[in-house]
Amino acid sequence: MLIKTFPGGVHPPEFKELTADKPIKKAPLPKRVAIPLIQHTGAPAGPKVKIGDYVKTGEPIAETKALITSTIHASISGTVKAIAMFPHPVIGECEAILIEGDDRDIAYAEPRPRSNVSSLSPDEMREIIRQAGIVGLGGAAFPTHVKLSPPKDKIIDTVLLNGAECEPYLNCDYRLMIEKPAEILKGLKVIMDILNVKKAYIAVEDNKKRAADSLKAALANYETLRSAYEVRITILKTKYPQGSEKQVIKGILKKEVPSLKLPFEIGCVVSNVGTAYAIYEAVYFNKPLYERVITVSGAGVAEPQNLLVRIGTLISDLIDSCGSLAGDVGKVIVGGPMMGIAQYTFDVPVIKGTGGVVVLPRREIDESEESVCIRCGKCIEACPMGLVPTTLMYRVKKERFYEAKELGIMDCFECGACAYVCPAKIPLLDYMKLGKAKAGRR
Amino acid sequence: MKDKSLVVSIAPYIKAKDSTKKIMWLVSLSLIPAGAAGAFIFGIYSLYVIAASVLSAVITEAAILAVRKKEIAISDGSAVLTGLLLAYNLPPEVPLWLPVVGSFFAIAVAKQLFGGLGHNIFNPALAGRAFLMLSWPIYMTTWKNPRWLPDAVTSATPLALFKNTELDLLKGVSYQDLFLGNRGGSIGEVCIIALLIGAAYLFYKKYLTWHIPLSYISTVAVLSWIFNGRNGLFSGDALFFILTGGLVLGAFFMATDYVTSPLSPRGKIVFGLGCGFLTFIIRRFAGYPEGVSYAILMMNAAVPVIDKYTFPKWFGWEKKT
Repeated sequence: MLIKTFPGGVHPPEFKELTADKPIKKAPLPKRVAIPLIQHTGAPAGPKVKIGDYVKTGEPIAETKALITSTIHASISGTVKAIAMFPHPVIGECEAILIEGDDRDIAYAEPRPRSNVSSLSPDEMREIIRQAGIVGLGGAAFPTHVKLSPPKDKIIDTVLLNGAECEPYLNCDYRLMIEKPAEILKGLKVIMDILNVKKAYIAVEDNKKRAADSLKAALANYETLRSAYEVRITILKTKYPQGSEKQVIKGILKKEVPSLKLPFEIGCVVSNVGTAYAIYEAVYFNKPLYERVITVSGAGVAEPQNLLVRIGTLISDLIDSCGSLAGDVGKVIVGGPMMGIAQYTFDVPVIKGTGGVVVLPRREIDESEESVCIRCGKCIEACPMGLVPTTLMYRVKKERFYEAKELGIMDCFECGACAYVCPAKIPLLDYMKLGKAKAGRR
Repeated sequence: MKDKSLVVSIAPYIKAKDSTKKIMWLVSLSLIPAGAAGAFIFGIYSLYVIAASVLSAVITEAAILAVRKKEIAISDGSAVLTGLLLAYNLPPEVPLWLPVVGSFFAIAVAKQLFGGLGHNIFNPALAGRAFLMLSWPIYMTTWKNPRWLPDAVTSATPLALFKNTELDLLKGVSYQDLFLGNRGGSIGEVCIIALLIGAAYLFYKKYLTWHIPLSYISTVAVLSWIFNGRNGLFSGDALFFILTGGLVLGAFFMATDYVTSPLSPRGKIVFGLGCGFLTFIIRRFAGYPEGVSYAILMMNAAVPVIDKYTFPKWFGWEKKT
């Protein structure tokens, strides 16, 4: 029987063995945090606090009335030291609330189990998720309460939970599935109840059999979910970028989300397993999103591990709690080595969408020189969206952005598979990003 | 922690191990069995032809890149490959200045004048061969039998026999002879088994895909079966027409040249079909006994149009608004 997969893709080395068997550990409480006002897709939040205010862990400190936005909470207790521009891992710089911690971690509201979960209405659950500031933890950080409110005319019949985690080095979802499978399933049920969906699939790559087994065992014990719903744990072929939501849908349901559209167009909603866990904590324990699991890995850090990290922790502090740097550092990547973002400073905070920090030593930096395209076609074989990266590259090079748009560049989700595989070492992703930015302006 | 040591660039931060250089050299490597077989069958002189062709290609490329003030990237192996392929398309007894001039034309005119690696429209080795055919047709059609056969000079090739006589095609030559190279022909085209070994290696390395070779060879096979028989339609000896001439060399190593063939899988199949059709037409009706070189060159010219009309429909196309 052929294992489920999607067309295209590449097979980078996994490097997952560095942290695959390391249980999630609580990172030491940071002495200070920098909490950016943009940690989500959508409108930036506006600060609710001012300099000098004392805030408690879990206290909402920034929000706004826009439709697509997310509330932001303090991740430690302490004093607001500044509200100023600060390095941001994705957009370079952003206004952030800097909190000087008092090391006491005083909770704003003690997490207490909610007794009436089963009687909550979809709207009530959505509101809890909104107030908890939950966004997609798979990386795109789309506000979850908005994702769980699809347009009224779109019928949703399937929920897909994404445990594929295809980026090399990263293991946060893997460890979460092994250690907290029951909680993830409870979060899944919340999602399904909000959307009134009875069918769900949990996507797991075949290099994570232990996680799949863990989920299967938890499902066997979860009477309600097993009997009244149809939940299938589906193994997918290990291939990058299997974790992209469109590729998860293609692999499991064999359906393609229409060009430039979102999954709800074909009746699906995809959510990350980490998001499901955060939903569980919010709905069952009233806990807002102020910490998440992150894999810190790479040969450039002395003790790679999986940590439960407070949002806003500076990467310099995070690396210190992993035995500090191992030798000459070359790159500090927020995210994985395929789609992550190389940082220009160590003093940059972890945000809601951060799944990993990969530190590469100097010797592992790729310094290959770009040479001419020989039309080998490997980029075309690799592209999970069926695009022709070399043709798009030439259009962008010649500044024919409108043509690039006609040839599909806006459907590129920047996975980097093309640039990974190009034998001429052409920085294809650079061209795709430039082309998308220029073509999108019209 | 010192920020100054951080290197900032755009993802991805890991790259696959393959390189243009590696591909070119491995393709040349895969061609060694065919060249060695040619030298074994026709004599040591063939090696001098190959050497002259390769040297001329490399020196020409180095000189022109210097004149163009570009990096002299001859170590990328592409000039060597062109020189090798040109030599494989030559009769084994040509005077050594012939491959020298041919390689010069292939590199200087067919490749560098069009912009160098990646920018040429025509397969440089085949363009070189066509130039030599036009300029020195006698040398280019003076064949030789394998060195162990009594009539060791100026014999016709099996395809030439088909063209000129219509006699029993397999007079004096068996399928086994054709397969092993026990016949007249170009240095690199005669030993089919050696070519297939090289092609198998390239398939294994995923440098070759089935699209062009299969569509090219099967088109020639089917058309030959239908039209080239002595007993009316559908009586042709397809296997004969696959094993003779430069079809195997052309279908696996020349039509599949990355730079001069289409990008998409559908485009490759159209290209193979076109090459097959033209090869059949030239062999059957035109003045030359062999049509592979010209068929591929003509299809090379069609590649931009093929690429345009076979541009793949990408993910999510059906419901595109």
